[in-house]
This record gives sequence, structure tokens and C-alpha cells, in this order.
Amino acid sequence: MPPSANAAAHPTASAQPLLELRGVSKTFPGVRALDDVSMQIFPGEVHMLLGENGAGKSSLIKVLYGAYSADSGEIVCEGRPVEIREPADARRLGIAVIFQEFSLVPFLDIAQNIYLGREPRRALTRLVDRARMHADAREKLAALELDYDTRTLASDLGIAQQQMVEIAKALSQDARILVMDEPTASISDREADALFRVIGRLRAAGVAIVYISHRMKEVFALGDRITVLRDGRRVASMGARETTPDALIGMMVGRTVGTVYERQRFPAVGDVALEVRRLTTGTGVKGVDLVVRSGEIVGLSGLVGAGRTEVARAVFGADPVTGGEVRIFGEHVRGGPERAARHGVGLIPENRKQEGLALLRSVRDNLLAASLWRLFPSGWFRAPVARRKAKEMIDALRIATPDADRRVRMLSGGNQQKIVIGKWLAAGCRLFIFDEPTRGIDVGAKSEVFALMEALMEKGAAVLLISSELTEIVHVCDRAYVMREGRIAGELPRDELSEQKILRLAMHGESKAEPA
Amino acid sequence: MTALRDRFGDEAVAFALRLLLIAAVGVALAVFTEGFLSAANILNVLRQASLIFLLASGLTLVLLAGGFDLSVASNLTLAACLAAGVMQATGSPTFGALTALGCSTVAGIANGLAVTLLRLPPFLATYGTLWILQGLAFQYMGGNEIYGFPAGFRQLGTGFLWGVPVPVYLMAMVLVLGTLLTRKLNIGYEIYAIGANPVAARLSGIPVRRRQLLVYTLSGLMAGVAALVYLARVNSADSGIGEPLLLPVIAAILIGGTSLFGGVGSLLGTVAGAIILSLVINGMNLLNVRSTWQPLVVGAVLLVAVLADLASRGRRERIG
Repeated sequence: MPPSANAAAHPTASAQPLLELRGVSKTFPGVRALDDVSMQIFPGEVHMLLGENGAGKSSLIKVLYGAYSADSGEIVCEGRPVEIREPADARRLGIAVIFQEFSLVPFLDIAQNIYLGREPRRALTRLVDRARMHADAREKLAALELDYDTRTLASDLGIAQQQMVEIAKALSQDARILVMDEPTASISDREADALFRVIGRLRAAGVAIVYISHRMKEVFALGDRITVLRDGRRVASMGARETTPDALIGMMVGRTVGTVYERQRFPAVGDVALEVRRLTTGTGVKGVDLVVRSGEIVGLSGLVGAGRTEVARAVFGADPVTGGEVRIFGEHVRGGPERAARHGVGLIPENRKQEGLALLRSVRDNLLAASLWRLFPSGWFRAPVARRKAKEMIDALRIATPDADRRVRMLSGGNQQKIVIGKWLAAGCRLFIFDEPTRGIDVGAKSEVFALMEALMEKGAAVLLISSELTEIVHVCDRAYVMREGRIAGELPRDELSEQKILRLAMHGESKAEPA
Repeated sequence: MTALRDRFGDEAVAFALRLLLIAAVGVALAVFTEGFLSAANILNVLRQASLIFLLASGLTLVLLAGGFDLSVASNLTLAACLAAGVMQATGSPTFGALTALGCSTVAGIANGLAVTLLRLPPFLATYGTLWILQGLAFQYMGGNEIYGFPAGFRQLGTGFLWGVPVPVYLMAMVLVLGTLLTRKLNIGYEIYAIGANPVAARLSGIPVRRRQLLVYTLSGLMAGVAALVYLARVNSADSGIGEPLLLPVIAAILIGGTSLFGGVGSLLGTVAGAIILSLVINGMNLLNVRSTWQPLVVGAVLLVAVLADLASRGRRERIG
């Protein structure tokens, strides 16, 4: 039954919006998360929210939900200015958010989850009226044409079913605005079909739906109106029929924040450093092929959740490989990070502080963490040698620290990142995997990281660069693979690298389910 | 200063604090009591400290690596009971010793496997083995007591060599070997790295599980060593022999500045902690303080030591 047909019967500017944002801004130290964003949400519409990673979608949801309060601007609900300071305020206004991570309590059943904290009670005894709770829950589910057994424990539900229960829960709280954050990201096509039918029914009932998606087909099949964000600003809002996928991608790209580093040198490309064939993992990588040669920087792009980090972790041996193979400098390597590290692979992980560093240990200790086996092959640790090596790394990478004994926690993000890189430099790595290396570091440090990357490459190292910043991929890489849903969606040589082309590969293509 | 730091690492300040504390308690006791300054008394304090240290040393390594071993005391109990039984049956201290060390090491390996292979949280895994080892000791002893061991064996706990109690030599030996391990070998460096952040350690190519297995194994082995020394000293074994040691051992480690959360501390610190604990208890005995007061004082000393660490660390970081 689908949704898309009634766009015509749809609210026009004359109708009163259910909710309206007027010039909402939210600033964090160093980042303008939302910059003067205005947006109208009408009853009975599916409003698609689009934007690259970091464009401000999550911040916008958090403002709607009361997790952040806006620094300036106004939120108007049915013509009345309102304040959303905490989630309870949002709930009172009928705003519900279905996050990607669900919040059901695993050891409670469906009915208990739906009515958690507001169970129906018997008049006299004030005890929970279980019969009524289950009857009410069944009714809520029936309204969504679901006939789940309300005594099923949440832990026994699949992801799509949990999502449905979350929706039922939201509706039982009289939600009139349902915000869904990439609801089809981890469910099957058939389940997505069911979800689209439910969305269609809700819309017909006058519920407003704000829907974040990276799948173009969904955007056009489901959406009535579309708002595009970029760099925390609203680029445009329009009816779904008034635009095209390419036009939308054009609006999303062209971010201006952050540095654009210009690649300086292109040395001759050498032998194959990393060869990945039909790589499959339990973490969601589905048959990935890729090749990185010495002397080149290869990008691995795609949207968050496309499986890029998972590829990196599998190559490094941090997650088990369930299918396919990884060859490092021609050798088939198995046996965890320990083996990969000894074959010359270094991973600069995405979460520096959790996975890359021991924050309470010294600069020296962190710099040497990956190279003990190389510096002291006999197993005897020699402090003077360690001190010399650490000094060498501090100088080579220009790490700003008063001395090598300083705890890493006291340093800036950029210097911390250099330490993670230095750790692998000291270990004599020849294949570097950078996973979002510029996240959370300042502009100057970003340039330094790329300059370093180039220097490594010039000395014959191979680099695999994972980045959500399209500009970084476009300006730094020799070529790039683009991932979508655990697979390689395409490969772009340098002369074809552009933000548009990357986004098109990352977002287009066969969607889940045709909401037909 | 750099050389000092290289030798003692970040713990130099913490250790200096402990020396101060030992000196302060020592001076106080020398002033306020009669018998404290006698050689016999001081050697007695050291003997007491070395017993605590021997059992605490393995646990210190486990804590440095970010784990926990609650089973050390019941491991000691079972090892002591089995060694006593074997010695009674065979008359051979050698067989007794081998039994104790073998049994306790196997228990340590079991702990290590529970943590690395079964991936049980260390606290849970070793709490389980605490009960199991204690249960085995109950079964084996059946409520009986075994006493009276060969004089040669008893030297291990009561004997003197050049005027110093034998256990004190053992303490020194374990301290030297352990410090060699933690400061002079890659393995020791890796143990600290794992304790500080196991995820980052793994992603730096450090063989995390092998090192974890090693520290639990050593903790088991040291429980066996401590069992022998303790058995030789008290000259009798029953199934309750180890239980009263668990909390003092943990207290000594904490007073010594080793963190419960991994990556911070040292064996030298635990020696200091064991000496401070023994001094405090000895002092209270000399001062005729009723024994019911002892836990209260030990708790206070422990908190003072931990707070002093926090304060000194905080100040250093703010300066930096």
C-alpha cells in the first residue's frame, strides 16, 4: 500500500505544522553542531532527514528529544512556543525517538516493556493489573497489524520485532511525532516491508514521521518531504517529487569545515602490500575484495556502519575471519593482532583513547607498546635503548610533550594521535591502516597527520585510509573503495574521485525492499 | 632523578611515601614502647611481613595485569593440607613441597584458563575457585589436624641464617626475581600495559592472554610457596589455615600502592605494604591494644595510604 501516493493529499503550507524549529543553534567547544536550523513537521507526513556523517542529524534529533537543549532559536508546537529541556518534556509533547540502539529491557516481556513504569493498576490493591496490561499491549500491537505474543521476552525478539515493539511503546505514550534513526539499517528486506506498511498506516492516522535514511530508494519511496543538512545548517527543504537523487547528493556534498589537505607527491607504486579476497566476517563484512600497494594511499569510504572499521579489524586480526583470505605482503596471515603486527601491519584505531592508548601511561610507554619484540628480541628490556627510541619518535613526529615521562592523558588529541602513529612507526610497520585518523583533532594537527601519511608512503609504506570526511578521501587518496552494507559498492581511480561519485556509490544502489 | 625514575618508574614518589610511613610508625613505636627496638622484635616483624608478602606477591602481579585472584588464600589452604598429608605419609619434606607447589600451580593455571579461555570476569572466576579449593581442603582433612613436621622442614618458617629469619631471605629472593620480571623483561612491561588498557594492549600486538595466563600461574605458584613457609612456621595444618590471610594480603597490597584497577603498583610497594601492616599489628600488640581494635586501625592505615597516593598523583598532574 504504499505511502508515496498520497503526497498530493498532503499538508500544504497553509496547514499548521505540528512542530516547528525556528533558527535552532547548538554549539559545542570547537564545533557548530547546529547552525540556525529551521524546519517544519506536519501531521501525517514522512519527513526525510538527509546529510553526510556529521552534518547535524544526530544533534537535531537530540534537540528534539531533549537530550541537548538548543543554545538559541525556538521550538513551536502547534503554534505555541515550547521548551524541550529533557526527554520528559519531549514525551509530554508527543515526540518519541526510535534510536538505532533499542532500549527494551531484555528480561521483561513485550507487555512489561511497553508499559514499563506506567503499568495499569487495579483500583483497590494498586497491584499491577497484568490481564489488562497484556490486553492493552495486544491492542496496541494489533493497531500495527502485529500479532506477537505479549508474554515473549524482549531478549527473544529479533531486531525488527524489537523495533516494532519500540514503535508500539511510543504509540502507547500517545506519540504524535515519531523520529526514526536509520530504521532499516540492520533489518532484512522482508522486515523492512513490514516496517514500511506500519509507517504508511501511522501516516494515514496523522502521525508525523521524521525519518533518517541513507538509502535513496527509501527516501523517494517513503518520503513526502525532504530536508538536507550540511555542516549543521539546513541546505534546503523540499517536496520529494520536486527533486532527484543526484540533486540531493549535490546538496549534501561540499562541506566546508575542516581542512582540505592537498596531496603533494605521487611516488611510483610498488608491490602488493595487502590483498583481501572475498573477506567475510561475523561482524558484517560480506565478501570484500581489495588491494593496497606499497607507495599508495587507498581510501576506504562509505557511510558509518557500512563495514569499513570491520574490514580494518579483520585485516588486523582483531576480529575472526569467517570466509575469504587476507594476504599481507604475499603471506597468508592468521592468529590475531600479534601476528599481523609482526608482519608489518599497524592499526591506528578509530577510538584513540579506548583502543589506541593507555592514557595513564607515559608517552614513552605508549610509543614502545608495539615494538618490544623488535627492540628487545631476547626479551630483556633495556631502559636506555627504550629512552633513545622514544626520543627518536618524539622528534621525528614532533610530538609536543615536555618529556617522555608525561602521561598521555595530559596531551592534546593531535599529539595523542601522533603517539599512536609513532607506536607503529617504531614497530617498523609497512602497512598502515588509519581508521578515522582526524577525528577529534584540530585543523593544524590534521594537516600534520596527512603530511606524515605521505612521508610514510614515500618511504614505501602502504596506507589504507578510512574516513567519513569525503574531502579527505578525495584530496589525499590515490584511489578509493566505497563500501555499502558490508560490500564494496565500487572503486574510484584518482581521476574519478569526487564527493558526488563517492556518495552516489555509498547511498544508491539496490535498496532494501522496494516499498511498492 | 631520571635514573631513579628509570629504575623505579612512576612509583618512585609512592615508594618514598611508604618509606616515610614506615619510618614514622617505627619512630613512634620506638618512643612509646619498650620492646620494639630489640633485634628479636624487628626480625619478628620482618618474618611476619615476609609471610604476607610471599602470598601477596603473585596477587600483586595479577592486579598489575588488571586481573584479580581471590583464591590465593584457599589455594594456600589446600596446598598446605596436602603437603602436610604427604609429609605425614611419606616423611619426606621434598614430596610434601612438590605436592604443595604442584597443586597450587595447577589451581593457578585453572584460574588463568577460566579468565582467558572461558572469559569469565577474574573476580567471579577466582571467587568460584576460592570455594572449590576450600571445599577440597575440607574434604581432604575431614575436620582433622595434621601436626608435627620434620625439623629440617620447619627451618623454612622458623629458622635463621646469619641471624636473619629464613622467610626474609625468601622475601628478598622473590622481590628480586619479581622485580627482574616486571622491570627488566618485555613480559613485565607488557603486564603493565595490559593492566592499563587491555584493549589497546591487544591492538598493539601484545599477547594479552598468554600474559594473563602467566600471572595467574605465578599467583598459584606463590600460594604454594607461602603455604610451605606458613606450614613450617605454625607446625600444624587444618582446613582453616589460610582463610584469615586473605584480607591482610589484600590490605598489604593496597597499602603498598598497587591499584585494584590494573597497571599501577609494584612488588616493592607490596613489600612496603606488608612491612607497614606487620609494624602496625606488632605495635598494637606491644602497646597492649585489644585485638578487637586491630581491624579498625588497619582500615584507617589503608585509607590514609590510598588517599596519600591520590593526593600526590593529583598534585603531580596539576603541576604537569
